[in-house]
Amino acid sequence: MLQYVLKRLLSTLPVLLGISLLLFFMLRMLPGDPAQVLAGQMASQEDIQLIRHQLGLDRPIFVQYGIFLGRLAKFDLGRSARTQSPVIREIWARLPNTVLLAVAAITLACLFGIPAGIISATRPYTWIDYLFTSMALFGISMPVFWLGLMLVVIFSVVLHWLPAGGTGSWKHMILPSFTLAAFVVAFITRMTRASMIEALSQDYTTTARSKGLKERVVIVKHALKNALIPIITVVGLQFGLLLGGAVLTETVFAWPGVGRLIVDSILARDYPVIQGTILIFGLLYILVNLFVDMIYAFIDPRIRYD
Amino acid sequence: MKQESLLSVINLRTRFHIYEGMVTAVDGINLDVYRGETLGVVGESGCGKSVTALSILRLLATPPAEIQGMILFEDVNLLELNLDEIRRIRGNAISMIFQEPMTSLNPVLTIGEQISEAIRLHQGVDRQEAWSKAVEMLQMVQIPSPEMRAHEYPHQLSGGMRQRAMIAMALSCHPRLLLADEPTTALDVTIQAQIVDLMERLKEEFDTSIVLITHNLGLIAEMAKRVLVMYMGKVVEEAPVEDLFQEPLHPYTQGLLESIPWIGKKLKTGRRQLQEIPGIVPSLLEMPEGCRFHPRCSRVMSICSKEEPPLVQKDGRWVLCWLWK
Amino acid sequence: MTETTQPQAWRTQRSADSQLKRNWAKLRRNKAALFGGILILIYFITALLAPVIFPGSPSAPNLMRSLERPSFANPLGTDELGRTILGRIIYGSRVSLLIAIGVVFVGLLVGLPLGLISGYYGGKVDFGIQRVTDTMLAFPGFLLALALVAVLGVGLKNTIISVGISMVPIYIRLVRGCTLSVREQTYVEAARAVGTRDRIILLRHILPNVMAPVTIQTSLGMGTAILFAAGLGFLGLGVQPPTPEWGAMLGSGRAYLFNSPHVATFPGIAIFLAVLGFNLAGDGLRDVLDPRFRL
Repeated sequence: MLQYVLKRLLSTLPVLLGISLLLFFMLRMLPGDPAQVLAGQMASQEDIQLIRHQLGLDRPIFVQYGIFLGRLAKFDLGRSARTQSPVIREIWARLPNTVLLAVAAITLACLFGIPAGIISATRPYTWIDYLFTSMALFGISMPVFWLGLMLVVIFSVVLHWLPAGGTGSWKHMILPSFTLAAFVVAFITRMTRASMIEALSQDYTTTARSKGLKERVVIVKHALKNALIPIITVVGLQFGLLLGGAVLTETVFAWPGVGRLIVDSILARDYPVIQGTILIFGLLYILVNLFVDMIYAFIDPRIRYD
Repeated sequence: MKQESLLSVINLRTRFHIYEGMVTAVDGINLDVYRGETLGVVGESGCGKSVTALSILRLLATPPAEIQGMILFEDVNLLELNLDEIRRIRGNAISMIFQEPMTSLNPVLTIGEQISEAIRLHQGVDRQEAWSKAVEMLQMVQIPSPEMRAHEYPHQLSGGMRQRAMIAMALSCHPRLLLADEPTTALDVTIQAQIVDLMERLKEEFDTSIVLITHNLGLIAEMAKRVLVMYMGKVVEEAPVEDLFQEPLHPYTQGLLESIPWIGKKLKTGRRQLQEIPGIVPSLLEMPEGCRFHPRCSRVMSICSKEEPPLVQKDGRWVLCWLWK
Repeated sequence: MTETTQPQAWRTQRSADSQLKRNWAKLRRNKAALFGGILILIYFITALLAPVIFPGSPSAPNLMRSLERPSFANPLGTDELGRTILGRIIYGSRVSLLIAIGVVFVGLLVGLPLGLISGYYGGKVDFGIQRVTDTMLAFPGFLLALALVAVLGVGLKNTIISVGISMVPIYIRLVRGCTLSVREQTYVEAARAVGTRDRIILLRHILPNVMAPVTIQTSLGMGTAILFAAGLGFLGLGVQPPTPEWGAMLGSGRAYLFNSPHVATFPGIAIFLAVLGFNLAGDGLRDVLDPRFRL
């Protein structure tokens, strides 16, 4: 088990390296002088010089990369070109909001999606299966931002039940998390259904039935436990997608999260912040996937004892 | 004196609704199993033998399956029971073991758990007691260090051990009838012999009757008392095992026996090629007219392609063939 | 649990021909997939015949008729610049379909060969390509596209490139996985043993077997491409005005949500139906071609 954990941790290293390389070269691919780009429109010559020195732009590229990595290790992501405050602080202030939203959304999605998938799988081709499957299909075909806007129209404009945006109370969380969840619940439902159908068609399910076990036991204890493995993969992947979708949802609902930060930064060409947020998102995604792999090992004894 | 049969299958017909039409996998077969005997069911893949076993325990999803006929087990028609009643019989009075022990055991549950859950269910004992009974069963199937093995998962056991575990699981509630669907096919030859021995021993110990389904004639010769030969959903011959091997009546049975290679055959018969039954088993969707075997039969007559043969009795045996009318 | 047996030699040939017919029949039976196909067809026809259906420029402002509710003259109403939304949606189909095709083209162009090479040759080449793919996949797709836009800039061409590149790792993974399993087949080993050149093996044996999941992914990918492009447009980082793009229309319509919700509603429906069509068709293809390759 320990071996497995270590192996997984080790395999993230090349990816982390890759991300850092990506970011490193991203900056240098932009037109113009990197130092100028980082400093932003409103910087003075001294500021630009300072940055040039910090990045070591007059030194060979390997040294620059080394400096870059060194700064990353210290969590020094530079300063925002707009606000001049450290990027790390800007991100840190908003990260909890995004994570909160993502967690709420994934929880909602699992709460609806997994049972729906199970029900669909155990009553295939019935009206309830068609209902859930269609809803899932609609969910993944709908643009997240459009759904958000429509929900705002219905619940804010017409019904006045919920606020249209911003934060403050738990009421403010409902629409954004439901919007975000809608997209994900579709994937989870589909995956659960497919995975359960697969598990239910396996030989061990027939064996379980041949022992006279109640159908409920067969479904939950025998089939579901096996089906969970791919389902958890999807949930983990979806968490990543949520981080991407958060960008759009946060924009729609004026939610002060990292997603909004990225968009604003891109529009304002605030490259230090862009770099920083991309890095953080990448890191988060890797961490989530690592966590998912750990859960795998917990559920599937074959991985544990290999 | 006619013995009371433990299981009587009467005119069983199992059909499947599929897109291309209706497929009749089992077409009106009759079989009887008596106490303490091993009934062999022989046939190639697709002849309906597995479907028969699954029909007995009603393990087929209906729809798309449709089962007709009567299955009398200790004077109760299994096909008339509701699902709860059938579940009380499964794993309890009638058990089944399957061909592939790797896929037939649940990979995420321990062996001990898979055995004890049936015990808990049918014998109403608590977890601890069920567990110790499970360990006892593992001991009986000669798995070394059973207490330790009970905590292990299927993938940690070898093929032979997995099959033993499956046998332990099936016999844990001392069923009166065991349906064994190709129990040794997935195993190495040396392991096969061990499993056969084990099954014989346990059969004696628990006084369990066995329906042994296989395409392996050697296994039949070793274990079975009477044999049914199936082809395309029908029983084409039924006989005590010695009679079947000494004097097979149906051309299909003859073909099966002749196709077994044996050492010295070339020398004795002068044949240099392996004997085979020409042709292949037709699709169940395109059944031949008349006798289903006639396109491949070496002794086919003109009536064979026109009318289905009757069931003929001869010296206490049955054969479905025009030759013996 | 129907047990049918393998066909004889002569039968295999007949089966091979009818395999295509059987697949087609199976696909036709799938009403959902059929519906999806019809949707896609409608969009394509609309895109092709746009100038015929809606003569005139969809982007010409007409401020006097700004923000009108749906009426007979303007069945879907007008937007903030007085342009009829129906017309813009019709022309928007050209943009979106162009993006969809462009994106999968980029994805396939880069992803297919790389996936084949990576899967077939293995070794250092595979290792290198896989590490790059891993890095790209360390980001959720939309984010990757967003990052690329940050570097490349906005506009139609850059949208296609960005979204296309974000789709490349998916194709690489898919093609590689498929190549790996085909490579292990005995007939490939046999071809190698006879001395067939690698290139021929790749083209003749591996590629046809890869096409099934690739086709499925392409159909689904086109839907995803439209969604991503619309997302970028919504944020103002995609296709730029005045070009009518559904996402961008949604984005600009957002300001008028409270009084004139129709401006944002209809383009969204257009996106929804287009993506739905591709998803339904993709699912139908998946059911027919190979249920094993679900993603």
